[in-house]
Amino acid sequence: MIELVSAERCIGCNLCVKVCPTNVFDKTEHEPVIARQSDCQTCFICEAYCPADALYVSPYADEQIAVDEAELAGNGVLGSWRATIGWGPGRTKLAALDKTPFIDRILPARTIRAAGVSDVRTPTTG
Amino acid sequence: MTGPAEERLTADVLVIGGGPAGAWAAWSAASHGARTVLADKGYLGTSGATAPGGTGFLYVEPDREKREKAVAERLKSGGFLSESPWIYRLMEQAYLNIQLVEKWGYRFPLDENGNLYKSHMQGPEYMELMRRVVRKAGVTILDQHPALELLVDEHGVGGARGVNRLTGGSWEVRANAVVIATGGCAFLSKGLGCNVQTGDGQLMASELGVEMSGMEFSRQYATTAAFSTITRNRVLGFASFYDGEGNLIHEGGPREDHFFAKHLAQGPVYAKLTHGNTPEKQAIIRASTPLWFVPFDRAGIDPFTQSFPIQMRYEGTIRGTGGIRLTGDYCQTSVQGLFAAGDAASREKTAGAKSGGGAYNASWAIASGTWSGKGAAEHALAQGKDASHRNVKPAGRHGLAHTADSTAPIPVREVVKAVQDEMFPLRINYFRSEPVLAGALERLDRQWPLVQGAVGPSATGRVQAREAAAMVANARWMYTAALIRKETRGMHTMAEYPELDDSMNRRLLLSGIERIAHRWESVPSGGQTVPPVTVKEGLTV
Ligand SMILES: Cc1cc2nc3c(=O)[nH]c(=O)nc-3n(C[C@H](O)[C@H](O)[C@H](O)COP(=O)(O)OP(=O)(O)OC[C@H]3O[C@@H](n4cnc5c(N)ncnc54)[C@H](O)[C@@H]3O)c2cc1C
Ligand code: SF4
Ligand code: SF4
Repeated sequence: MIELVSAERCIGCNLCVKVCPTNVFDKTEHEPVIARQSDCQTCFICEAYCPADALYVSPYADEQIAVDEAELAGNGVLGSWRATIGWGPGRTKLAALDKTPFIDRILPARTIRAAGVSDVRTPTTG
Repeated sequence: MTGPAEERLTADVLVIGGGPAGAWAAWSAASHGARTVLADKGYLGTSGATAPGGTGFLYVEPDREKREKAVAERLKSGGFLSESPWIYRLMEQAYLNIQLVEKWGYRFPLDENGNLYKSHMQGPEYMELMRRVVRKAGVTILDQHPALELLVDEHGVGGARGVNRLTGGSWEVRANAVVIATGGCAFLSKGLGCNVQTGDGQLMASELGVEMSGMEFSRQYATTAAFSTITRNRVLGFASFYDGEGNLIHEGGPREDHFFAKHLAQGPVYAKLTHGNTPEKQAIIRASTPLWFVPFDRAGIDPFTQSFPIQMRYEGTIRGTGGIRLTGDYCQTSVQGLFAAGDAASREKTAGAKSGGGAYNASWAIASGTWSGKGAAEHALAQGKDASHRNVKPAGRHGLAHTADSTAPIPVREVVKAVQDEMFPLRINYFRSEPVLAGALERLDRQWPLVQGAVGPSATGRVQAREAAAMVANARWMYTAALIRKETRGMHTMAEYPELDDSMNRRLLLSGIERIAHRWESVPSGGQTVPPVTVKEGLTV
């Protein structure tokens, strides 16, 4: 669940308000507020769009937790998903680094079930 | 919401939903010369089942043998409810459109032979690119604009109304053709990107008299870490599994059918990615599905060396295949001007009775979006007058402020919880059996009067009340269909009828909402493969 909008980092662009699929944030005069936390679907996509690395989505989908901004910043967690997908200046986009083509090769052998669970390239998908 | 709306627009085509199906539909409609508006509940680019993670595609080179093999496999695994001309057409359209995606700038990776690998796309990038493509095609995009109900007159559909979630105001778009691309229905189970899909489009279509097809093919769960929402199944192919005492129950590699459900029904199950046992393998797995690892990294768990509890999240018709019944080659429905695409539509024509996840559904979103956009544009442009001159009326009947039949407010939270309690448990929905499903359906029926209650004025309240009504309707369709199909076929199983019954080589159609009627439809055989849609337009964005 979304747990943090950093007042210190936020530049007030309101992109998170606009892009959140489940409308969790409300715009204010300052940084957006988490207005409907229980509607968060833990999809991490607001973090990908935030240009200021000001958001933190905790990994726990169903429970609220306390977070410490200084610690998250210190550990390099803030902005880490945006960095991984390669958004922001000077980064290589994830698509180009996608290792899906190699995953079949290393997958433990899997038989194709009679029900036909495999279609063309099942092992790599899902 | 019967007074005039604050935001009013007129278009030729209105697309409701901005996942891949809606994006392709809007692009296609605009490319066929239609003034097009796309309204999404969330945001075109982030919303829906594809955007946060990514999908594998049915991507088969135009090689006769390869395609014939793929079709033969699917006809069988799809329980003989799919149609080979549609599967060929799907393959060709998805193939062509994926070449466009490449031309538009998606950077596909190279495989080990140095060829571009085009059967998988990372969701955030794919959908961010599609947003740019749709804008460039001239489509007006309305983000955070959930549609609540369709508009209708004696000539068919004429647009839709909804609410702007950011301002709380109402909107109305008049259009002679409407494409429903609102996705499947997963009952707010928090599967990845699944909480925006509450079956709204299915309810809207049904209120105009459109039938649902294949709602029994909704027995679909995805497995992931118990605390996580990242339901991309493929990573668990590298796992070994343990029971609550730490005893090994499966050593990686092929798993028996129903493995997860069987063991989870007995108690907790733990996983560890023991087959990601070299740094090279770990790097490949991480770089193919990076989002899967984000919750682990943040929770301080190394899934390669530490075990973690798993659970199954219900996905309903998202990776299932049931939905709005299509009646024509361009995704028409039985109502004039109304089209459906992507997961909102029944995918039985291509995927059959088996899950469309893993390849088929993502390609279907591309193809059905493209087909419906063309169909909708041609229909709208053939009409004599603009939809703003039609005397259309709101068609919504359930879960809306103006349809309330009592002053007691809809208890949204309680209704949602009650529906989830019937739809999520493996005991009811996975291990399907007659008495258990019948009991669940009876309890779901009792929720129906509750969603006819009053609705508060806030945007969130209005949207969530309508979603609650849609979820009750979809749940009732699913279990009604499941009880009628007294056999086991594709993803649908029934304990009392463990075999496929040839007399049911037919599709099951449902109509009505309060009172649900059914009929059977035989699967068309033979027929020509309709040629793909190609669009002349600039190839870069
Ligand atoms: C984790 C996961 C992995 C998957 N992997 C694969 C795979 O590998 N291969 C494969 O083939 N398939 C896969 N699928 C399925 C695939 O993601 C879907 O088939 C695809 O996203 C369907 O596209 P869509 O546009 O129809 O629906 P969605 O992408 O779900 O989009 C629906 C859109 O409709 C909008 N909407 C909903 N209600 C309203 C309303 N009332 N008004 C306006 N807008 C509304 C939503 O905001 C959303 O943007 C996967 C699904 C999941 C959940
Ligand atoms: S996206 Fe980031 S910077 Fe922009 S308003 Fe939201 S938190 Fe602030
Ligand atoms: S994680 Fe997803 S649902 Fe939650 S606030 Fe961010 S964008 Fe919204």
